[in-house]
Formats: sequence, structure tokens, C-alpha cells
Amino acid sequence: MYRYDAIDRAFVEDRAAQFKAQVARRLAGEISEDQFKPLRLMNGLYLQLHAYMLRISIPYGTLSTTQLRKLAWIARTYDKGYGHFTTRQNLQFHWIKLRDVPDILDHLASVEMHALQTSGNCIRNVTSDPRAGATAEEIEDPRVWSELIRQWAALHPEFSFLPRKFKIAVTASPHDRTAARLHDIGLLMRKGREGLGFEVIVGGGMGRTPYVGPTIREFLPAEHLMSYLEAILRIYNRHGRRDNIYKARIKILVAQLGAEEFARQVEAEWEAIDRPSLDLPQAEIERVRAGFAAPAFETLPGRSDAFEAAKAADYALARFARNNVHPHKQPGYAIVDISLKAPGETPGDATGDQMDAIADLADAYSFGEVRVTHEQNLVLAHVKLDDVAAVFAGLKAIGLASANINLVSDIIACPGLDYCALANARAIPIAQDIAVRFANAETAEKIGELKIKISGCINACGHHHVGHIGILGVDKKGEEFYQLSLGGSAAEDAEVGKILGPAVPADKVTDAVDQMIEVYLRERHAGERFIDTYRRVGLVPFKEAVYAEAH
Amino acid sequence: MPKLIRLHDGHAAFANDAYVTVADEDETPASGDVILPLERFRTEGEVLLSNGRNVGVLLASDQAIEDIAQDLTRLSLVALSFPKFRDGRHYTSARLLRERFGYDGEIRAVGEVLREQAVFFVRCGFDAFEPADGSTPEQWMAAAGRFRHVYQRGADDRDPAFIERTQ
Repeated sequence: MYRYDAIDRAFVEDRAAQFKAQVARRLAGEISEDQFKPLRLMNGLYLQLHAYMLRISIPYGTLSTTQLRKLAWIARTYDKGYGHFTTRQNLQFHWIKLRDVPDILDHLASVEMHALQTSGNCIRNVTSDPRAGATAEEIEDPRVWSELIRQWAALHPEFSFLPRKFKIAVTASPHDRTAARLHDIGLLMRKGREGLGFEVIVGGGMGRTPYVGPTIREFLPAEHLMSYLEAILRIYNRHGRRDNIYKARIKILVAQLGAEEFARQVEAEWEAIDRPSLDLPQAEIERVRAGFAAPAFETLPGRSDAFEAAKAADYALARFARNNVHPHKQPGYAIVDISLKAPGETPGDATGDQMDAIADLADAYSFGEVRVTHEQNLVLAHVKLDDVAAVFAGLKAIGLASANINLVSDIIACPGLDYCALANARAIPIAQDIAVRFANAETAEKIGELKIKISGCINACGHHHVGHIGILGVDKKGEEFYQLSLGGSAAEDAEVGKILGPAVPADKVTDAVDQMIEVYLRERHAGERFIDTYRRVGLVPFKEAVYAEAH
Repeated sequence: MPKLIRLHDGHAAFANDAYVTVADEDETPASGDVILPLERFRTEGEVLLSNGRNVGVLLASDQAIEDIAQDLTRLSLVALSFPKFRDGRHYTSARLLRERFGYDGEIRAVGEVLREQAVFFVRCGFDAFEPADGSTPEQWMAAAGRFRHVYQRGADDRDPAFIERTQ
């Protein structure tokens, strides 16, 4: 993975020093909480229900084991011994003391990390494919472009006070694992006659007003990416709404202008902009590309006899291999997903000790690198087939061997009312209850791919709009209710789900999920996933099942 | 009234402000340099300029720089208003003034102008500031120069990292 040079290192040190001075002024009472708020928000520091929350940037979801061990140490030293991986591939600590934050930032800087632009109305952490550099599907490693964007966005002089937050996703595979069409900008790498380029999508998003973003340019030559991003951001900075926080995202501007008119304005600005001064020199692109060179893979046969024998002897390993192990571009290697969704646990949480153990496994078996997915799981991207059984055993020892990737218990949930000041309802206990109900691995495998996503409020941090089953917490006269939706997708076939009917009380949510699954099992044709059956039969049978009692 | 800080050749200092900013409800002074809101400039600017007076225009945060593009050669100053620090529209305006319109007069930041934004202001081409937080020129420049390296091209003359790396 990319390593900092002296410039990158100086930059995060300067940032840590700056925030240290700002915190000192706050603690000394020289500035009020009101004046401090915009400063702390630029550093990912939120005041939540019980304590400060610090959100640490994990650029494009890639961590070295040195970085992961540092996060583990911070969890033990400054938090309650655990951290929470988010749907933006970041890590949050929920029990932080303000006076400790400057030291934490110093520790992060020492391992080439920061919390810069993890909040505030600026360009946020870039999302990318957790299988980057490992999947045979991709055109090239999308992290090359993600890192170039990270640097371009860092304290951008013109775009640090945008109408609202701004999120960019980059993927280079036809199978989209970044939810690109639900980002402010989604960049899909394409290979054209003229070389590498991107399909540019602008104006997707979730929140109160979900949109699947339209394509505004079919092919942008990759070498012009930076000048084109400047043009998009400039149109948004000038014309995005600032009078209403709920209408300030770029998706609203794109929807109001129409994708064609928005594209026309971007193209006109791009024609006028000084491209040669903004576009990166080829040498800089190559420098960063070299940072993502493939690790030293061994030449191996495509089939591992040891792995096949181990699977035949251990049914649990075979199940793990079916659900958590995916093909790698290099013969003899595999991509191994680590589920942070053990039934009954909080989705996305990992203890410091688990992080350390995962770092040990990554050092031993995956070139010292770990990935974070937007579905709140982790990935060991380069594991030899010969070593999968050892990785499985290591994960079992720390309670992280759940073989449930993409299954009913692999649920995305926001922190919800257990932590968040914005939430209307709890999300974590709902996720735990569903996961426990479907904890039987055979049942879960029989149901197959089913993406359940839960948000504790309309801001949709739990991505409920794009769940095959979406669950949204709402407040009804002081009671927690949950609105169900069906048919959403965050993948390349992105779609916003449709609301099923009236919200149901907390104790009925898992029953409703169960009833919908029954409908699916009854109606499905051979080979159909839940989402496929829904698309074929529509909402009605599911609705009838869930609301049958009410009739 | 916030004290005016001017930037000249990379050096910041308090400056005497010869300009009077004319509010909507005020009479335009009979003599001296003035800063007029855009609407007032449209009705009175021509006469004042023909009398040989220095005239600046104040743009509200929702007013576009293109609206004064024809007049830029005659304007000695453009003041850009930040009603809230988080209203960032005029960072773009300042860059366009410097980079697209080649404007070399004073670009002044007024309104909720805070030290924490100094680096963004300077990088976008502002060279005069009315800090609302009482910053001194020393504090202002320390904030503007806190980062030893920058990653992007701006309207200033700093080399971004991708250029530094080739040297």
C-alpha cells in the first residue's frame, strides 16, 4: 500500500499540532464550545449523547498492521477497549475525552493516519473497493486514484466550506462494492480506446431524499480527473443550496437542474478551467501507482490439496469457505472476509485484542494489510489457499469466524440511539435480535444472499434505503417504531427500496423479517436471491404477509 | 470595527483603511474612497469613477463575480462577504478573480472572517482581511503558514506537493 513521504508526514504532523493548539485554547476557556465546534468538526470530533466521538479516517479502507495495532492500542488506552468500523470504511471511538484527543492525533500521525475531514462540510474520506488489488475483475487498483483524490482534497483551499458534506467513491470492477451510485460523486473506471478513464456519476445519496446518481459523463480520460473534479466541486460550491441543510447536498442541485443541465454547466466550467495546472503530472500518478504495486505473490497451483482436504474434514471450514472466501486474481490465493457480525454482537465493533489478533493473522498470511468494507466487515485480501484453514482457526479463537458474509445476519446498522444524538430509535438491538433469530447457519445459507440495513433515523447512516430489506427507526409519540422497505440495492444495480407499509413496533421487527423471508422461500425460483424474487413478484405478497394480522 | 490586515509580498500588517463602506441606508460621502454594495455601484458607480475616486464593490455571498466582470479594470477593490464562516462561496469568487479575470486589485474578506480560515483565504487570492476574532497580523500569518506543504494548486504562488516532489 501507499506509504507517506516526507511531505505527507509533515502535513499530518502540522495538522496534529494545529488541533493541539485549538484544544488548549478551548480547555483554557479562551474559546467557547460554539466557537470550538467548527474546529473540532474539521477533525472528526463529535459531541454525542454520553461522550466525545472521534472518527478516524481509514483512506479507501486500507490499513497496515502497524496502523491496526495502533488503533487497538488507542482503544485500550483511551476508550473502553473497542472501536466501531463504519459504513464509510472509517473507525469510530465512542468514549473519548477531549483532553486526550491531541495525544491520540499525535499517535495516529506516527503511523500515517489522521482524522482530517471525517466530518464537516468538506470532501470526506474516499470510498473504494475492499478487494482492490486482489480481484481479477478490476481494470487497475482503484486505490491509486483514491489516494490521489485524498491528497487533492486535503485542506482544499476552495472546497473546505461546501454547502454540505461531500463523499466520493472510486471502483474499477464491474461488481460495485463501494455503493458508487449512492455517493456525491461515483467514479467507475473504464478502459476505452484512448486508455484509462472514468464514468462519472454525480448526485447520488441517501439521507432524507435518496437518489441513485445519474451519469454525467460516460468517459473522462483519467489524466484529467483532478481538473474535472475541480469543475464539479466549483459548480456545487457556487450553486448548491445553503438556505436549508436538508436540501444542501449536491444530489438536490443535480435533481433540480436535471442531470443534463448540470453536466452542461460542469463541461462549460471544465472548458474554462486551467487544466494543465490542475491535472497531475504523469510522474506523480506513477509514483502513487508504484505505492500500490502487487505484493510478492508466490507462483502456486490454482488448487490447494491441503485446503480441499481440510474442507472435506471440517464442515465449519467448508461453510466458511463457501461464504467468506472469494476468488483472487493470483492462482493459489484467496480473498478472505472477516465478519464483524457475530450474532448477538454489535455490527462493526471489534475489541482492541481482536484487532491485534487480526493484525497478527495479516502479518502471517496476508502481506501485513487489512481492508475495511462499507458493510462493516474486514478483509484479508491476499491469503494463500494453503493458509485459509489456519486463518479460520485464528479467527475462531477470537470469536470472529462467523461464516455469514452477505447472509441474513450480515447486517449493517448505524450506532443509533445507543450512542447518537440524532437518532430516533435504537438500531443495534434490532440487528442483534434479527441475527440471533437466524443464527442457525444452515437456515441462513438456505436463505442465501440477503442484505438487511438498519438506520436509527432518517439520516440513513445505516443505508436502509438500499437494503434488500431496509429498516428505519422512527419516533411515534415517544415510542420506537420501525418502517420497513424492500428492494433496495447499493451494488451496480443500485436502487432505492420501496416502503412496505405502516411502521411496526420494535418487538415486531424480527417477526416481520421472518414473514418476508417465508414469502421469499415460498415464491422463489431456482437460483433466485431474495432481491431477484422481490423484483419478479413485487411488493404485494410481502406486504400481505407482514400485515396479515391487521386485516 | 475590525482592524484591517493587509498582505503585501508575503508580509501582513495592520493597515489604515482609507475606504468607507457605504451601507444600503447610508448617504455616499461627498469625497474619499468608498466601497459600495453591488446595487449602489450600479446606480452611482459611473459618476464616482468619473470623478476620479477609488471605488470598491462589496458582493454579498449570493452575488456572482461575473456581475462585475466588465468593471474590474476600474475597480481598485473587491470586498467579498462571508455572512457565516461556513458560507464558502466566495473562495471560488476570489480564485476566479485572480485566475480567470486576472484581477490584481485588492480582494478583501469581510464578515465572519476567522483566523482558522486564514490559510484558505490566502491560498484563494485574498490579500486583505477584516478578522472578526481580533487576530493580529502575527497570529493571522502564523495560521496562514501553519502547514509546511500544500497539496493543491491555488491562486497563491505555493508549489503543491506534486510539483515539490519533482524538484
